Amino acid sequence: MIEIQDFLRTLGTNSGFWNPLVWGIIIVIALLIAYIIRGRGKKEYKKQTEQTKVFLSGNPELEKEEMHIKASNVYWGFMESFKWLYTGLEKMHTGNVSDYILWFVVVIGIFFIILGVI
Amino acid sequence: MNIIDDIILHSPALIVAIPLLGAFLTPLISKINDKVRNVFVISIVLFTSAIVLLLANDIYSACGKIHTYVFGGTAAITEGGFAVRILFEVDGLNIFMAIITTILAISGVIYSWAFMKENTGLDKYYTLYLLMIAGMFGMILTGDMFNFFVFLEITSIASCALIAFWTSKGKAVDAGFKYIVISAIGALFILFAIAILYGQYNALNMAVLASNIQFSFLDKIALVILISGLAMKAGIVPMHMWLPDAYGRAPASVTLILVGVTQASLYGALRMIFTVYGGKLTTTINQIGDVNIDLNLLLGIFIVGLALVTIFIGVLMALKENNFKRMIAFAAVAEIGYIILAIGAALTTVFSATDPRTGIMALKGGIFHILNDALDIGLLFLVAGAIYYATKETSLNRLGGLARNMKYTTIFFLIGLLAVSGMPPMNGFASKLMIYESTYQVNPILSIIAILCSILLLAVFVKVFHSAFLGPKLPKFDNVKEVPKSMLLAMGIIACIIIFIGLFPDLVVNNIVQPAVNALTNNSNYINNVIGGI
Repeated sequence: MIEIQDFLRTLGTNSGFWNPLVWGIIIVIALLIAYIIRGRGKKEYKKQTEQTKVFLSGNPELEKEEMHIKASNVYWGFMESFKWLYTGLEKMHTGNVSDYILWFVVVIGIFFIILGVI
Repeated sequence: MNIIDDIILHSPALIVAIPLLGAFLTPLISKINDKVRNVFVISIVLFTSAIVLLLANDIYSACGKIHTYVFGGTAAITEGGFAVRILFEVDGLNIFMAIITTILAISGVIYSWAFMKENTGLDKYYTLYLLMIAGMFGMILTGDMFNFFVFLEITSIASCALIAFWTSKGKAVDAGFKYIVISAIGALFILFAIAILYGQYNALNMAVLASNIQFSFLDKIALVILISGLAMKAGIVPMHMWLPDAYGRAPASVTLILVGVTQASLYGALRMIFTVYGGKLTTTINQIGDVNIDLNLLLGIFIVGLALVTIFIGVLMALKENNFKRMIAFAAVAEIGYIILAIGAALTTVFSATDPRTGIMALKGGIFHILNDALDIGLLFLVAGAIYYATKETSLNRLGGLARNMKYTTIFFLIGLLAVSGMPPMNGFASKLMIYESTYQVNPILSIIAILCSILLLAVFVKVFHSAFLGPKLPKFDNVKEVPKSMLLAMGIIACIIIFIGLFPDLVVNNIVQPAVNALTNNSNYINNVIGGI
């Protein structure tokens, strides 16, 4: 039978411990503080008025599908910066099964050298 | 002896035999009607799972207990001293892997009920599905090298057919072909290694081999071939390229089990390194000046190197990918990297005479992460399948605003996202914390790279969350509805386990991870359990 203290016991690591329940309680307290601070904010906000409409600097609103940022555009800057790396990685991923086997042979070769077989 | 004791006694054989029998009966049951067939398949999996739990209870009842089941006799070794009998030897590590397989199998068949409903040829689908599950259990439970190869082949053939199940899509057939080529070559190399060991020691039994192994020149060749073959099946970079193809094209319910198959191969590699070659791990194989380089250190450094490359390339490719399932597949590659990083770090330190605690912690983190990886990546694949089921889209560029129509699926995705990225309080955080801490003690650079890549992994899934679930409701998805209840139930089961493990990690580490670690670090129990029976 599992005792309640077993449930509450923390995960000990060599340098410290981790207790998700304590973490959860702290998060709840933090959220509570945030909620109290929010409650002290301005009261002029009115739902369903001009205040809530998106401001697009006078430009017309686009179609919904055009407004959504596509996955390939997310992290565009990161991809551009590391283009040199991705070019190499793409060359590696040829989709050709012969190349897959070639990599296997390369790993076996390295492993043989490391263990002193060759 | 009551019936429960009888079942426990024969449980290792039953765990493989029941799904195997179920597989062959499925085409016959299908003749009645589809509903009866589905109930039959789920019953088979639930019954097998119940036996796994009974066996687990038996193994965990005593510290270091090993359940040995010898086919066709009581003693593993015949009177003439021949270790010819096939046996299943179940210790803490085997049962840990069997529990993972059980969770995946239950979720997979429940998910399949609605997910595959519109497809034809489901009698073949479920037959192959049960064959794959039987093969996985066989790989995990067997104590015989050749038997391991046979079950590996059963799993590979069933997996290949299931990856190519949607034959109307050319890319699925292509992925199936690639998978069978990779599997066949990997398996042939493994068979060659087994033949080398058999030729030298006249035995196929893992325990007998472990007790006799000399680490001769031929043994070194066998070790290299065994580990490389299994590493390719486990999807370790640079031998991972088949994995996004296979995971990306298979039905989501199949991909879930494929995650387990990958981990069964990883289990095989662990068993070979720590048990079969365990006695020779501290053998000095090279000397540079005054420094002795032991096998464990050399293997550990090599595995850590592979792990870093695996994590790095897995995450970078996932970040670039825009196909939902291929993206998760690359993330799965990175997650395998975390597991082998811990194992490599453990190998370098666990045999230290002065302080083996770092190695033990790394091993605990790695083994714990096997469970967490299966659950987290498995859940994300099921979510990807749910989105495909609802929208018939896999490209993230064509998705958006789904959180408004698919609330439960969104919640399950968020749970998977947080878990796989190692965010507290999910299960992934607990295991990654153990890996970070232990690898930091081996070399701080290792844990820094691991943490940075985990942050990138979070970025990968934030991208998915933004592009698939957030944003305005797209007109083309106006009619999209939440997926059927059986699919939600399957995702819910995994999500609940993820949250439970996240909240009570110590319970899992102490009760099921620690026995697995003990089984790895002390192979004499495994050997004596068979050799002692002469």
